[in-house]
Amino acid sequence: MIRHFTIDGIKVPFQERQTIMDAAMAAGIYIPHLCHNPEFRPQGSCRLCTVKVDGRNLAACTTPATDHAEVKSNTKKLMAMRRTLLQLLFVEGNHVCPACEKSGACQLQAVAYYCGMLAPEFTHFYPQREVDASHPEFAIDFNRCILCELCVRASRDADQKSVFAISGRGIHVHLTVNSPSGKLGDSDFDKHDRAAHVCPVGAILPKHTGYDVPIGKRLYDRKPVSMVGDVSDHEED
Amino acid sequence: MTDDHITETTNRVMTQWNNDQSNLLQMLIDLQQALNGIPESAINQISAGTRRSPADIESVIGFYSFLHHDTHNPYRVLFSDNITDRMLGSRALAEHLNSRLQDIDTATVDYTSCTGMGDQGPAALVNGHTLTRLDKERIDQMAALMETNTPLSDWPAEWFRVDENIRRRDLLLETDFEKGSAIKCALESGAEKILEELDASGLRGRGGAGFKTAMKWRFCREATGDNRVVVCNADEGEPGTFKDRLLLQSFAERLIEGMTVCAKVIGATTGFIYLRGEYLYLRDELESKLQRYRDAGLLSKDIHGEAGFDFDIKIHLGAGAYICGEESALIESLEGKRGIPRIRPPFPVTSGYLNRPTVVNNVETLVAAAMIAVHGAAWFRTKGTEQSPGTKLLSISGNCLKPGIYEYPFGTSLEVILKDCEATHVQAVQIAGAAGSCIPPSEFSRSIAFEDLATGGSFMIFDRERNLLEMVQNFTDFFVHESCGFCTPCRVGTSLLKKRLAKVASGRATGVDLEKMRIIGSLTRQTSHCGLGMTAANPILETLDKFPHIYEPHLLSTTFEPAFNLDASLEEARQITGRDDPDAHLQGGGV
Repeated sequence: MIRHFTIDGIKVPFQERQTIMDAAMAAGIYIPHLCHNPEFRPQGSCRLCTVKVDGRNLAACTTPATDHAEVKSNTKKLMAMRRTLLQLLFVEGNHVCPACEKSGACQLQAVAYYCGMLAPEFTHFYPQREVDASHPEFAIDFNRCILCELCVRASRDADQKSVFAISGRGIHVHLTVNSPSGKLGDSDFDKHDRAAHVCPVGAILPKHTGYDVPIGKRLYDRKPVSMVGDVSDHEED
Repeated sequence: MTDDHITETTNRVMTQWNNDQSNLLQMLIDLQQALNGIPESAINQISAGTRRSPADIESVIGFYSFLHHDTHNPYRVLFSDNITDRMLGSRALAEHLNSRLQDIDTATVDYTSCTGMGDQGPAALVNGHTLTRLDKERIDQMAALMETNTPLSDWPAEWFRVDENIRRRDLLLETDFEKGSAIKCALESGAEKILEELDASGLRGRGGAGFKTAMKWRFCREATGDNRVVVCNADEGEPGTFKDRLLLQSFAERLIEGMTVCAKVIGATTGFIYLRGEYLYLRDELESKLQRYRDAGLLSKDIHGEAGFDFDIKIHLGAGAYICGEESALIESLEGKRGIPRIRPPFPVTSGYLNRPTVVNNVETLVAAAMIAVHGAAWFRTKGTEQSPGTKLLSISGNCLKPGIYEYPFGTSLEVILKDCEATHVQAVQIAGAAGSCIPPSEFSRSIAFEDLATGGSFMIFDRERNLLEMVQNFTDFFVHESCGFCTPCRVGTSLLKKRLAKVASGRATGVDLEKMRIIGSLTRQTSHCGLGMTAANPILETLDKFPHIYEPHLLSTTFEPAFNLDASLEEARQITGRDDPDAHLQGGGV
């Protein structure tokens, strides 16, 4: 017998070991997320997929689906919290959409549009972060990193290389590269790595192709993220 | 320091820890103790030995605030920066030491989170070793010793003395304990009987959450998996707490036996005491007590003569990370990783240390379990309330004449406690540490109990002379420093709260800023990954509700104020353009 739970009143079937996010994705129900990618082990750090499960706030990507659970996702309160979470991400890094070559194909920007975030209302941190352009085919702009750890997971689990790591603590947490100089060009990173194609924002970018697709004709320019899905689903290896 | 010396020392430390990558953190701590820091040149060697990448090793060093690369400073002084230390003048002492040492470059002075000496502060750590009762005279003497490069072993022992400071004894502390008695009783009764007794006693976890101990042990006993593990959480990091320090220092036999009783019940072979780095001074004595237990046949192989009952206990040190008091982060740290709380389920009882079934209990819980094994549930229930049987150790500090450790039956009211410790003109009591509750006098009839005011043991008193906003800022700074940085709301939210509070304190805030603090605070409370984030905004949210008067006098009457002075920020532009005429200024600071 197939088991079910509901998301905002819609009946969603699920199988053993599926999370709320897995079941929702399979049923075509969009729950906003940034650090989740079904290819990799969920980690639940961005917290955008926070939903109310039988009255408790839980991350949909790490919470196992249970029979008859009542899940709320698209409520006014949860959407307001998601907007605030997005504002936190925007002020933490240096996200300048009009000047970013990822604009229009950036999941952070797309989710912000979907959730109705209009402006970052909090004090900007303006952190001093560097750009690593040492690799011939890829660049890392740490200004845009949102610490989703997808590249860390992809490099470790899919590529078996562990090119990326997370160091520091608290607000000083940052992405690092495993190489003698700490530079990408000095590492085992390759353009065919899975880690090269999972970044939801403009932090890990291929060189020389920035404006091949003009602004206005990009992934999220005509359809919202809730219909198009994750940016990594549309990246060509 | 020669390269050969570094290579040799690194080799020795790694061999000592079996080149086992799950002991990485312990290797790094020992290496730092031996060489005054972790030389960057040692990283590749550690990487080769442990098969963990250099970036991975750096990420562990980067997580723990006590670990550092610099090997040039023979002295590193960290002042305990809890509000209670500050109230005793710690900041002025640190600045004084800093000014004394200005001309020598062999020492650094900095701050660290509460070192667990709230009853005998101001306190500090020098190269990891605890200093208590600091005053200006002692700071001068310390500076003189540092100027002459006197090794710590030649400093007066008195400076490192940590007193017990027991002010009130009850069930646990006044009852004698015979070495081996808890293990003997457990073996005679058998695991199932012991578990029934523990269940009947109603013992609940003393770390603060209050989960029923018997239930935790039973879940673990019934879980599938070999090589079970007992972990004692001695990472007493909640600001203002120091009662586990006493138990580890003077009642360690009970702790060792409590762990052994647990091992018998759940079928564990391995035990860990995860000792916070701030309690380094307790390690050697604990090690020798463990050795005495082994020598007496009460630990290691065939314990108490029971063939096949093998269990031993290792000590792992922390390195300055409050989050490692969270049980799943503690397990990550035991495995030599960054202390990031795990996703739950699975819970440690089914998948803990190296994915084995694991019980993690607070020091006080394990001590109580040992006593229950000897004296039974009825004895334990003679004190406390129906829902909170037994007693609770409180660490009392702040504005009172008799700070120290007090053992009270659960159900004791704040009024009684404040009278006993001779606190007068009390403005507020902060219960359960930085993440706890701030209680105004109108609620002093409330009592310490899981059903009323639950606490891990921290009890900080503030009299009417104190500015509570400083307390709120201190606790908020603490969470900024201790957030692991894994999830968005805690990582970013705590820093934003700190900024807003600074705006309030500087007199530039308006009602809108208080509203923003509520929004961010409520977000971190509702969406964070773990308990730290969920409670990090408590100091602000609690006081906004119960002590609004600490904010209101600071507010401007306008609805909006920028965080900076607009006119002043134009100064650089005026200098560049050489202008100072009225049109180059904004009237009223720009608002």
